[in-house]
This record gives sequence, structure tokens and C-alpha cells, in this order.
Amino acid sequence: MTTAATHKNGGMTKDLIVFVCILALAGLQFVIAYQNITASEMLVRMLSVAVIEAALAVLFFMHLAENRGLLWFVGIFTVFVLLALQYGWTDSFRVLDGVKWSK
Amino acid sequence: MSQADLSIHGQVSRTSATEIMTAPTFSVAAKKMAMWLFIIADTATFAGCLVAYGFIRNATPDWPRPFHSISNVAVMTLVLLTSSLTMLFAERHAWMGDKAKAFRWTMITAVCGIMFAALHLREWMGMIREGATLFHNPWGTPLFSSLFFSITGLHLLHVTGGVVALIAVGLRYQGGRYNADDLEITGLYWHFVDLVWMFVVPLVYLLNLSH
Repeated sequence: MTTAATHKNGGMTKDLIVFVCILALAGLQFVIAYQNITASEMLVRMLSVAVIEAALAVLFFMHLAENRGLLWFVGIFTVFVLLALQYGWTDSFRVLDGVKWSK
Repeated sequence: MSQADLSIHGQVSRTSATEIMTAPTFSVAAKKMAMWLFIIADTATFAGCLVAYGFIRNATPDWPRPFHSISNVAVMTLVLLTSSLTMLFAERHAWMGDKAKAFRWTMITAVCGIMFAALHLREWMGMIREGATLFHNPWGTPLFSSLFFSITGLHLLHVTGGVVALIAVGLRYQGGRYNADDLEITGLYWHFVDLVWMFVVPLVYLLNLSH
């Protein structure tokens, strides 16, 4: 199997490059925090950056890039859970604004 | 030992039933798979907390934005991200068979974890001095403090557990009772703790920054 051999021998340069990328993305989140934009725009931008950061960490720090089978297994479960958790958002707007058609 | 006949691409080979039963799923050792299953479950836990936080924040009209400075959280982020790199170095050295360096980098990672926890507690103390507690918030809705302390507290608990695990596994690795795989599995957990922080920072801190 090439996976073990690949990451067992060296690879510290790759680790450093990924680390710098993640650090830069984390810095970008702090820059976004000081932008003069609406909270929803800020949320979308910050979450987009966080997702890229997380993807880099999962693929390279947690070595999922080297195991496609496990990547699919983890990916499908995680995406399913994250999507399932989104069902309540409309209700949070109802709490805030009331039921529009009852007004 | 019982034998089973297997036909692979037209060729018949005799493989022991034990080998089939113990063949690792996705070419991953059982203990590593167990850690991945734990990480998936913990992802659901943190995602649930963060989505609940988002729901309440969205549904509360006058949500407070009490953070004036991001210097402390920036240093905390830097320390935690650096600890992931040092953990990777520990894993690399362990795979290369350099036990002394692997142990040293593991302990450096643990020190980074302790630094992160200390910075976190310092920030908590600052907020508590301003009157924020789990059930009271001087800046408005008490839900803010409850959620802030719950989410960051859950993460801090994970960091503390991770530091204990790093020290325990590092010492046992140095003593020869654990191997490079065990260090890598502990590393997986540590990277996960780092990954969660990537979402906690923007949602809990940066979106509540006063402009």
C-alpha cells in the first residue's frame, strides 16, 4: 500500500505548506470580522473560509486524502448530519418575525 | 483453522476465515476506525451546539456584541493551529522510528494545549469579572453568556482531555508500550479539536465583535 509509505517518509514540507495556508485562512477570517458588511454576509464569508480550512485539516492533517474509502465514509456521514441539522432555520425566523400570513 | 474458498477475478485462492473476519474496514486498523467513529459522533455534538447557537442568535433581536478586542482569541488560534503542526511533526518522527523526537514534539503539543487552556481561562476570568456568568449577562440577553460558556466550555473540556491523552500516550510511547499508530490516533483527536475551533472562532467570537 502506498499510503503508509507516502506519509511515513518525510512530508514535513507539505505539512508546513498546509499549516501556512490554514494560518492565512484563519487570518482572513479576522480581516472579514472588521469589514463593513451585514451580519449575514459576514456569516457566509466566514463559514466559507472555515469550511476550506476544515477541508485542508481533514485531508492533510488527518490524512484522509490518502484513504479514499474512509474519506467517502466520513464525508457522507458528516454531510448528512450537518444537512439534517439545518431543518430548523426557518423556525428561527418565525420566532423573530412572527408568522407573516397571520398579520 | 477453517478455510474459505474465494474467487477473485477468476482465480481461486484459499484464505482463512479469520483473515476475512479481521480484514480492516477501508484498510484502516480497528482502533483508528473507532477514533474516526468517535470524531463523527463528536462532530454531530458540536454541530448541534453551534446550530442551536445560530438558531437562538437569529431569533433574538438585540443580540449583544461584547467583544472589543480579538487579540486574545487570535493568539489562542495561533497557539492551537501551531499545536496541530507540532503534532504532525510528532507523528512523522514516530513513523520514521525516531522515538526521542516524536516524544519531544508530542510534549510540545501538550504544552501548546496547556497554553491554549490558560489563555482561555484568562479570557473567561475577564468576562466573569465584567459580570458574565452561565445565567447572567450584563450586556443583554442571558442566552448569550449561557451559549458562550457552554460552547467554549465544551471545547475547553476537549482540549483538556486531549492534553491528558497526549501526555499519557506520549509517556507510554516512550516507554515502549504504545507504537506510532497510537500516537497517530491521538493526533487525529487533537486535529479534530483544532478543526472545531475553526468554526467556534467565527461564530462565537468574530460575529460578536463590537464595531
